[in-house]
Parts: sequence; C-alpha cells; structure tokens
Amino acid sequence: MNDSTEPHTDDEATAADQFFDTNEWKKHDNHIFILSSAGKPVYSRYGCEDKLVTLFGVMQALVSFVQDSDDSIQAIYAGKSLVVFLIRGPIILVSVSRSKESVQHLSDQLTYVYNQVVSVLTLTQVTRIFEQRRNYDLRRLLTGSERLINHLLDFTENEPEFTMNSVCCLPLSSSVRETISNAIISCCSKIKNLVFGILITGNRLITLVRLKKYHLKPCDLHLIFNMVSGSESFKTAENWTPICLPNFDSSGFLHAHVSYLADDCQACLLLLTVDKDLFFPLSAAKKNIVKVLRRTQCLDAINKALKTPLSVPDDIQTVHHFLYKCKKTSQMLAPAMTTPYHTTESANELLKQYEEMHSAIHQVGAPLNLIFQHTCTEIMLGWVNDNFEIYITFKPLISKSNCIEAVDKILKWIQKEEDKLFMLNMPTF
Amino acid sequence: MFSHHISPTIGASFFTCNINIDDTRIKLQVWDTAGQERFRSMAPMYYRNANAALLVYDITQPCTFSAIKSWVKELQRNVEEPLVLCVVGNKTDLETHRKVGREEASQYAASIAASYFESSALTDTGIEDVFLCCASGMITLSQDKLVRNLRVTTPHSDSPPTRLTSIPTGENEKPPLCC
Ligand SMILES: Nc1nc2c(ncn2[C@@H]2O[C@H](COP(=O)(O)OP(=O)(O)OP(=O)(O)O)[C@@H](O)[C@H]2O)c(=O)[nH]1
Ligand SMILES: [Mg+2]
Repeated sequence: MNDSTEPHTDDEATAADQFFDTNEWKKHDNHIFILSSAGKPVYSRYGCEDKLVTLFGVMQALVSFVQDSDDSIQAIYAGKSLVVFLIRGPIILVSVSRSKESVQHLSDQLTYVYNQVVSVLTLTQVTRIFEQRRNYDLRRLLTGSERLINHLLDFTENEPEFTMNSVCCLPLSSSVRETISNAIISCCSKIKNLVFGILITGNRLITLVRLKKYHLKPCDLHLIFNMVSGSESFKTAENWTPICLPNFDSSGFLHAHVSYLADDCQACLLLLTVDKDLFFPLSAAKKNIVKVLRRTQCLDAINKALKTPLSVPDDIQTVHHFLYKCKKTSQMLAPAMTTPYHTTESANELLKQYEEMHSAIHQVGAPLNLIFQHTCTEIMLGWVNDNFEIYITFKPLISKSNCIEAVDKILKWIQKEEDKLFMLNMPTF
Repeated sequence: MFSHHISPTIGASFFTCNINIDDTRIKLQVWDTAGQERFRSMAPMYYRNANAALLVYDITQPCTFSAIKSWVKELQRNVEEPLVLCVVGNKTDLETHRKVGREEASQYAASIAASYFESSALTDTGIEDVFLCCASGMITLSQDKLVRNLRVTTPHSDSPPTRLTSIPTGENEKPPLCC
C-alpha cells in the first residue's frame, strides 16, 4: 500500500508478479503482510501489495489448507526464515522474518498491527464489512492508515516499550505531576462522559487521568503514542478524531480532542470521551488547563524535564545501560543510549539482545528467573521476580560480584527516585 | 505556513480566523475535514450546522475535481439552510501539470451558484481571497432572516461597529487527493 503513482500497464503487470524476486524487496529482514480471509491483499510493509498478489494467494492457501483439517497454522520454519501467522476473524496477518525473533515476539508484533487496524475502524465495522461482502477490498478504508502501521512497526523495533509491554513516564517531581493532574481534573469537572485525560510528550507519559473503574493497558497507550507521533498535522491546530482502543473497547470509537499545549511546550493533550458532540466544551477546557499550567510553571517544568534525558546514575560506572519494569504499574525505565550504543545500529543491536533475553526468560512452558550471559562486547543480566523485571548491560570484563553490587545500586537508586520516575497513583475524574 | 511534509489530517482540524470587512468584524470557525475514506461518515457532524463550505480540489488531479462534485451533491441533499459555496482549485504553482481547466471548473462553480477561486498553498497565493469571499457571503446570508444560526451581535462601545459570528462553523471540505 505504499504510495505508487505510476500507472500499471499490461507489461508491468506481468513483471509485477515477479516483483518479490527482486533484490530490492528481498533485502528486508522483516516482512509483514495483511490479507483478508478471502485472499485479498490489504497491506505489505515493503513494496506495493498490488504487485504481490501471487504471494498473498499462497499465504491464503496455506491458512485455508490447515483450516480444512480443523486446525490453525501458527508458524513455519523455512531455512533461515520464520513465517508466523495470526488469524483474527476475517483478517490474516503474516510475518516473514530472518532476524531470529521468537514466534511469540513476532506474533505479538502482528497483534499490534491488528490492533492498529481495529483502532482506525473498530472491530464492529471490520466484522460487519466482511459479513456483508467476503470479497471486500479493505484497502479502501485503510488508505492513509498504512503510514500508521509502518510507524507502529518501526516503534516495535526501535523502542523497548513494545517488548516490555509497558510505558515510560517523563521524570517529574511528584508535586508537579500532581499539579498537572489536578489542573486537568478541575478544568474538566463539569464535563460529563469524559473517560481519559492524557498528557504525553514524545513517547513519554506525563499524566493519565481516568474515570473511576476504567483503565488503559500499555498496548492501547502505545496506539495513542503512535497516532500522535505519526501525525505531524496535529501540531498545527486543534483536532477532533475518532479512535478505537481495542483493549479498552474494540466495539466502538472514543472521540479524542487532540492538541499540543502551546508553541513553547510541545506536550500533547488528549481528552477522550464517548460523546461525539463534546468538541467545544473540551476545547474550552483545554484552554483553561493551559492557563493553569502556565501560571503554576508546569509548562517550564515539562520543558526542563524534556531537556534532561534519563541516564544511568554517575556512581554506577560498571553499567552501560538497563531496562527496568515495575510490574504493578506496567511502567518502565529506559535510560538514553550512550556510547557505545549511541548509533542507531548499535542501539538496535542492543535492543535485539534485550529482546532475546526477554524471550528466553518468558519462554512459554519453561520460564526462567535469571539469565547471566557473556559476549565479547558486554555482560548482560536479566532478572525477573514478582515485583519487577530488570535487564542490565554491563561493561565487559567485570567480575560477578561487581555486577551484583551494581544491580543493588540501581535498585536502590530506583527506589529512592521512585516518585519522580513513575506515576505512582492514577488520578481519577 | 506551508510544509511539504505535513501529514494527512486525522479526523478534523478546527481553527478560527478573524476577518474585517468594512466595519464588520467576522469570526470564522473553520473545520478542515480529513479526506481519508474512513472519516467520510463523520462529515455530517461538521457540515450539519455550517454556513459555508470551501470545496478544495487539486488542479493536477481530475479525480479530486470529480470528488468535490459528489461532496456538493451530499451537501445539497443534507444541508437545509442556505450555504455559501466556494470551489477552490489548489496548486496553481503546478500550472504545467494542470489537468482541470479553469474554464471547466468555473463553469461548474457557476452552475451550483458557487464562487470560483484558484490558489496555491505553496506560494500562499489566493487563499486570503477565498476567506474574504466566504466572509462577505456570510454577511449577505445573515441579512436573510432564514438563517437562524448566524448571529450579529451589537457591539460594546469600544469594539468595531458590527460583529458577525458564525456560531457553528464554516467548513472546509477537502476531497481526498488521490483516488
Ligand atoms: N505544489 C503544491 N503542493 C501542495 C499545495 N497544497 C498542498 N500541497 C501538497 O499536497 C499534499 C496534500 O496536501 P494536504 O494539505 O495534506 O491535503 P488534504 O486535502 O488536506 O489531505 P487530507 O488531510 O488527507 O484530507 C501535500 O504533500 C502537500 O504538501 C500547493 O499549493 N502546491
Ligand atoms: Mg488535510
């Protein structure tokens, strides 16, 4: 579904079928496809899905062949490639990867892609469309949303939050965070049917105010982050858009008032409601929120926090980098990548290693508590207990006891800074 | 400010713009609606109470010109109150790639009692005229007692003589740029 403006001629159509034989297309390590259960192409991460019709046919055949014996195809190991299938009602998702992820990991990634589709259409609409016409060309409704899927896939590969199934918060003193939450609560106090008030910046959560009894899972928040960071156009005006959060309610849309706080504070506020006529009250509420935040110097506090990226504490010299997840809140810490992981390639390489450790620890059927591994460039430790998960990258050539000492220091530091690093309570309207 | 990399509109964007015509100050409330098919069903929410519609197409892509024709039909079917209509052919900076003639477009505009404009967002040409025309069209409408939702407010002594507020919204229909 990538932009392709060239007209198709018959000659090209013949060549087109051989498109997946080209080196340009083959060089990618992680292909993702979406098709309908009738075999109609919906999306291909690389190349134009129109030119891959034959390939989609094969995928559909594989799925239905196994379905014929009342079974469901999950994965195929083919030489260096792993093919993973995810079947969700009328939609089939397929991942073909050469980069050694686990089946679980690829299947989770496909679930994210599926959730993105549901997020723009709702499950109700997807189901109804295919009930009415099994042969429906879903691309009609997804035009323009390919970019959201592409953006989400990049996120799953370049950020640790996907693997860790959690969100990162912007570090802020608890009193500032509380002032922000209270501003949202008080400015919206007269508005009925407001479900969530969310303030984010980049992929960081500043605060989340919710209606009592309602919660948002990290995967739904990731879809919100994806929509905001994938849509430059939000920066130019106030916006009003439907959005479905599949793990909150896959059957319908919430309506979101989306706007950046101010030219001098690039945090994005989302006010989510079930009432589609609430734009103007929410627009007024937003203006008041900004007034309060400016008066209480919260805008400055946010800007200051944005300028100070999280880093490994100075006194822990033996540690390059770590990931920490608090299980209770599904919030995590990921310090900025510094040398030797400052390049995109080296950072992604490290993420891949975390991902492998994470997969090994969470192996279905044989989960582990602890992994300790040496390579020629680093020592890595993964440790999971009831309260947290931690993955640490040490400098090479460090003794085990030094490692243990460092783990201890990190945990103590986190505990000390806890109320700044995390959102400890989830305020309600 | 023009940017080549601005992403598609998601849902709809809202902004206001103030225009002075003679002694009348007009506040336009504008919805810029998304062209993506998945948002199409939301459109009535925005035009339901509108007093004006800007129908913008791309002069280098005939399919966008056809698309505004179906928007016009939809508006005619669903909006009861009189509506100021402006048809706008955008991207005049790409004159060499023009596929929809000025003549054809302005004739069509005349046939639906719309004004016709051409503009370029890239070079910022012609856009102001569109909003001016919209605003003056709405002043005329407000004098027509049939339009209930256009409000003319009596000013305070220190503000401009007459103020016209479009309570709901002017509306910016943008057809999808690609078919
Ligand atoms: N050359 C040129 N390009 C333009 C002009 N106006 C818009 N574009 C380009 O055309 C493309 C689409 O413009 P948008 O403003 O996003 O179009 P839209 O109708 O609002 O699209 P949706 O938001 O999806 O409804 C972008 O790449 C713009 O940079 C113009 O006057 N001249
Ligand atoms: Mg737009």
